[in-house]
Amino acid sequence: MPADAPRSAEALADAARRRRRLERALPWLVIAGMFLVWEVLVRAFSIQPFILPAPTLIAESMGKWWQPLLSNAWATLVTTVIGFLMAVVFGLALGVAIGSSVLIYRGLYPLLIAFNSVPKVAVVPILVIWFGAGFWPAVLTAFLISFFPIVVNVATGIATVEPELRDVLRALGAKPRDIITKVGLPRAMPYFFASLKVAITVAFVGSIISETVAANEGIGHLMLVASSRFDVPLVFAGLIVTGVMGVAMYWVAVTIEERTTGWATRGQNDPRLATGG
Amino acid sequence: MTLAARPFVQIDNVAMRYGGVEGTLALRQCSLDVGEGEFVAVVGPSGCGKSTLMRLVTGLWPPTEGTVIVGGGEVAGPLSIAGMAFQNPTLLPWRNILDNVMLPLEVVQPHRKQLRAQRGMYERKARDLLKLVGLAGFEAKFPWQLSGGMQQRASLCRALIHDPRLLMLDEPFGALDVFTREDLWDVLQDVWIARKPTVILVTHDLKEAVYLSDRVLIMSSRPGRIIAERTVPYPRRRSLDLTYQAEFQAIVHELRDRISDARKAEAAEDAR
Repeated sequence: MPADAPRSAEALADAARRRRRLERALPWLVIAGMFLVWEVLVRAFSIQPFILPAPTLIAESMGKWWQPLLSNAWATLVTTVIGFLMAVVFGLALGVAIGSSVLIYRGLYPLLIAFNSVPKVAVVPILVIWFGAGFWPAVLTAFLISFFPIVVNVATGIATVEPELRDVLRALGAKPRDIITKVGLPRAMPYFFASLKVAITVAFVGSIISETVAANEGIGHLMLVASSRFDVPLVFAGLIVTGVMGVAMYWVAVTIEERTTGWATRGQNDPRLATGG
Repeated sequence: MTLAARPFVQIDNVAMRYGGVEGTLALRQCSLDVGEGEFVAVVGPSGCGKSTLMRLVTGLWPPTEGTVIVGGGEVAGPLSIAGMAFQNPTLLPWRNILDNVMLPLEVVQPHRKQLRAQRGMYERKARDLLKLVGLAGFEAKFPWQLSGGMQQRASLCRALIHDPRLLMLDEPFGALDVFTREDLWDVLQDVWIARKPTVILVTHDLKEAVYLSDRVLIMSSRPGRIIAERTVPYPRRRSLDLTYQAEFQAIVHELRDRISDARKAEAAEDAR
C-alpha cells in the first residue's frame, strides 16, 4: 500500500523540523490554553471577580497599574537577586567544606537540616526586629531559603568523586586541596547549576514572604495592599508578574548551565554536541 | 631479570586489616620482591586482596604489620614515582584527552613547578605518548567521544606521563572485549619495551599474565598471600601467535591448576 511505503530522508527531516518547531511553541500554547480555559470557566459560571478574576480583567488591571507593578517588581527582583547571590557564595563555600570533610559533614549536617525545617515566615519577624522592616529582611529571607539546596548539591558533587580517581591523584602526592580544585569542583558544577535552578525560584518565595509580612515596597507588599482593598485582579496581576520573573531567572540559570557544563548533558537532545563526534 | 639484584619493590611479611582490630583481614604474611624494570603479574581469585596490595605499594595506606620498601626506602606516604591505571579509565569528562593525560603534571613535583614555563615541551611529551598507544589525532576529543578501549589507552598515557619508575595496573583491561584487550596487550608490551618501568599488573586473566610478564605470582584467597610463582621464559617482543603454542598453554594450565589447588586446600581448611 502506498501509505506504508518507506518515507524519504527528506520527509523524515521535514517531520523532525516540524517537531522541533512544535517543541519550541508548546510552552506558549499551553499557557495560552490555560488562560483561555480560565476565561471560559469564569464567564460560563459567572464567577465573581473578587473570587477569581478573568484573565482579561487581570490584563486590564495590569494596564491600569503598570507603573507601581513595574517599580515593585523591580524592588523584588533586586532583593531576590542579592539574596540569591549571597546564597550562591555562601552555599558554594559551605558545600565545598561539607563535601570535602567528613568531620564538618557530621558536625554541621543535623544543624543545617534543623535550620532548613524552620518555616522562614517565622524568621521574618526576628529579622525585622534586627534590621527594621523593608530591604534587609527580604534579602535575608531569600538568602536563607535558597542556600540549602545549593549546599546539599555542591556537597554531593564533591563527596561522590570516584575513589579510583582520588587514589590516582593521592598516589601522585596531591593534597586534598588539589583534589577539590582539579576534580571535586568541576565535577560538582552540574549539581551546582541544577541547584541554582531550584534556588532562584525559592529565592522569590523568600523575598515575597518577607515583603508580605513587613515591607514598604515589592510585589509582596503590593499584593498585600491590593488584597486589603479587595482589588483581587491586582493581586493576580502581582502573582503573574512574579511567575514571569521566576521563569526569566530560571532561564538565565539554564543558559549559564548550558554554556559552562555542556559536557554533563552531552548528546541529550543537543544536535550541536551530537554531531561533534 | 634476576632477583640477585636488590629488589626494587620489597614487601616483607605484610598484613593489612581494615576497620580496626575486628575488621576484615585482607592480607596476611604476604611477601614478594620485584626487581627493577621487571614486569610482574599478580593473579588470584577475586577478593583476594590484589587491590589492597596496589594501595600498599603506592603508599595510599600503611600496612597493619610488616614493611613495604620501594626504591630502597620504606614507604611512608604516597609515592609519586608510581603511575596507576584501573579497570575504570576514570578520565575527567570536562577535559579533552590531552588535558586528561597531562593531569598528573599539574600535581607531581618537579613538573608542577615547570609546567607553565615549559608547557610546549610537556605537550609534545604527551602527544608522543598518545602516538605510542595509537591515539595520535585524538588529543582534542573528549573522553565520551572515545570507545572504551581508546579511553583505556588514554588512561595508560596518564599513568605514564610523569615517567614513573613503577607502574601499577589494577585489571586495566578487565572491562574490554577480547580483540581490544589483545590490542592493548601489545600496546602495553611496546610501552614496557620502550621505557622499561617496573610493572605490577593485577589481573584475573591468566593468558594476559603469562603473555605480558616476566614472572607470575599467585595469590591465595582472602586473607591474601603469595603462594606460588612461575617464571615466564619468553623473550620480548612476544607476538600473539605465542599464545596459541602448546608450551604457552601448558604454562597457563599449570597456573590454573595451582590456583584451583589452593582454593581446594582452603575449602578443606574451612570445612574442618
